[in-house]
Amino acid sequence: MSTIKPIPLVLAGLSLLAAILLYAWDGQQTEAVVSRAVVEAGPLLLGALCGLLCERSGVINIGIEGTMLMSAFAGFFIASYSGVIWIGMLGGLAMSAVVGLFLAWTSVTLKQDQIIAGTIINIFALGFTSFYYVQGRTMPGVPRVAIPVLKDLPFVGPMLFDHGILTYSAMFIVVAVHLMLYRTRWGLRTRAIGEHPSAADTVGVNVITLRYRNVILGGLLAGVAGLHLLQSASSFQRGMTNGKGFIALAVMLFGRYRPFGAMGAALLFGLLGGIQAQLQFKQALDIPPQFFGMIPYLLTIIVLAAAGLAARPPAAAGTPYEGA
Amino acid sequence: MTDTALADPEVGGEDNDSAESSALAAGLRGLRLPTVAVGLAAVAGGILLIVSGENPLSVYWSILDESFLSGSGIGRTLEKATPMVMGGLAVAFAFKAGLFNIGGQGQLLLGAAFAAWVGYNFDLPLVVHLPLAMVVGGLVAALLGAIVGALKAYRGAHEVITTIMFNFVAGNLTDYLVSRDGPWNDPDGGAIARTPRIRDSAIIPTYGDIPIGFFIACGFAFLIWWLLNKTTFGFEIVTTGANKHAARYAGIGVNRIIILTMAISAFLAGIGGAIQSQGLFGRFEASNNAGLGFDGITIALLARTNPIAVIPAAILIGGLNASTTRLQQDFRIEPEVVSILQALILFFVAAPSVVRWLVRWKAIGDEEAIQLTGGWGA
Repeated sequence: MSTIKPIPLVLAGLSLLAAILLYAWDGQQTEAVVSRAVVEAGPLLLGALCGLLCERSGVINIGIEGTMLMSAFAGFFIASYSGVIWIGMLGGLAMSAVVGLFLAWTSVTLKQDQIIAGTIINIFALGFTSFYYVQGRTMPGVPRVAIPVLKDLPFVGPMLFDHGILTYSAMFIVVAVHLMLYRTRWGLRTRAIGEHPSAADTVGVNVITLRYRNVILGGLLAGVAGLHLLQSASSFQRGMTNGKGFIALAVMLFGRYRPFGAMGAALLFGLLGGIQAQLQFKQALDIPPQFFGMIPYLLTIIVLAAAGLAARPPAAAGTPYEGA
Repeated sequence: MTDTALADPEVGGEDNDSAESSALAAGLRGLRLPTVAVGLAAVAGGILLIVSGENPLSVYWSILDESFLSGSGIGRTLEKATPMVMGGLAVAFAFKAGLFNIGGQGQLLLGAAFAAWVGYNFDLPLVVHLPLAMVVGGLVAALLGAIVGALKAYRGAHEVITTIMFNFVAGNLTDYLVSRDGPWNDPDGGAIARTPRIRDSAIIPTYGDIPIGFFIACGFAFLIWWLLNKTTFGFEIVTTGANKHAARYAGIGVNRIIILTMAISAFLAGIGGAIQSQGLFGRFEASNNAGLGFDGITIALLARTNPIAVIPAAILIGGLNASTTRLQQDFRIEPEVVSILQALILFFVAAPSVVRWLVRWKAIGDEEAIQLTGGWGA
């Protein structure tokens, strides 16, 4: 388990270096780019952590896209009708837990094919959120907090410490998931049921219960990712996830199933997204907007091809547990 | 094995006496789960409709009346079903090799756009022009499929992610090609992003209400059935799908099979797009083919990945889609209700154990569950 992940680390280092050089060259623009990168990385990171938790427990989750959409939908409309953003966010989380429960039920109890189960979630979410969509509603914004002293730090201050609360929560959650996965009994058990469930079972771990719990927890993380999209867009749009749930899977693979690896990969995606947006905004390059639009998706494919064989999935991912 | 037709004779249940299962009996047994699944989806969908204040029976009657009970209705249903047959075939064919192609949308868009380009740009006699446009559309899509297959075979990039990503790439690319700044834009189209009209020599005709393209699609269904069941190549595909390691051990070039299967799968979806342009719209218009991508998955699973069964499955889903305008007029129901029904059908088809639990029908066996993947690496 101690193999270092060289590619993400090197890339993270390179992008940091590039950011510093850019900052020296044009501070304001760099600030805009990096700040946007951090925001764009949020949902990708949270989605990747969802996939990571599920797969580390032995359940493949390709329903992240749909879970994000359902959570954003519930979050938006509950916030809109209640007028309280917190109630909306709780609603979104509850919705994503239900979706997680559904995935757990179909893949752990019913032992249905997990790729198909995730696809059902994605199709259902797209249909459901469009069918019950109501036009012309607004919701109270997700609070934005500039952290007093830290935000005045040069360079990193405005980039890291002046965001919506969900962006902070992403930073917090990645640390928490890392610590829990590698430093607690729960984490050891989680990794065990993803690699060798029957061995874990023999020493008294309840594989079924733990998989349920972790898949629901994963659902909640995808829920936060959906709410994060809502934080940026400040209203719900049909199909607003736009493939981000799948990009998150690429982020997870690129980060080699490790929380901080996922963070590096998410920041890289975010940075490229930020640069793209800035170039487009400044009209620095005379390229049709459709080609800009392709970049994140092409990048995902390239990253997958680069990381593909190196990322070793947990041995039991995708296989229902039949008992010891 | 995923194929119901190959399922063991039933243990218990009412047809012990027909244990020497003839092809017909096997076929009928294969119908059982899809039929019950559609029924259960209708019930579950009905509950959702009641929640939103509609009478499900009158909604379902409207669907039936609109899509299946008149000549023009049947024509519209078959029109909708045509790309779905191709999309369903694309997914079903890839399933046979253990691959999940959810990029039907992007492949269809490429096929539709390139077929339209050949259709309007060249002046050729009908016998050459019509098939040429279709084949070019199909081949461009197949190229995309081959890339996906190669990424999977040599780099382990999972096709579920790459095909979805290519959907967005293909969407943007075709969007650009026909946009105002794009090379294929119709100057008479104003703000509409579309190609000029396809020449008559490349148009797939309609016979009365009945679109001929539908029969082309059915022809492909039989072709694929033949390919899978009667050729060595088909045997290699099915063997690869059943057990990749055994296939490799038996001397089958697994990488070659993966690439070719993805290419053919994408080719089928591309032909579906070509028929859309050449048979239905007479041009490629960026916004015309939205949302067709996921239909193929439902249809392939509903057909239990049997190429011939894809045809009735597509007619059913096509009928649902053909009724959306009427549903919107009569009940103000959004067309997306069809996606919900599809997801429900998909759920029940993919989870026979739920169906068995709900209807307490032992005859629906466990062996009918579709298993596709053993993980990312598989």
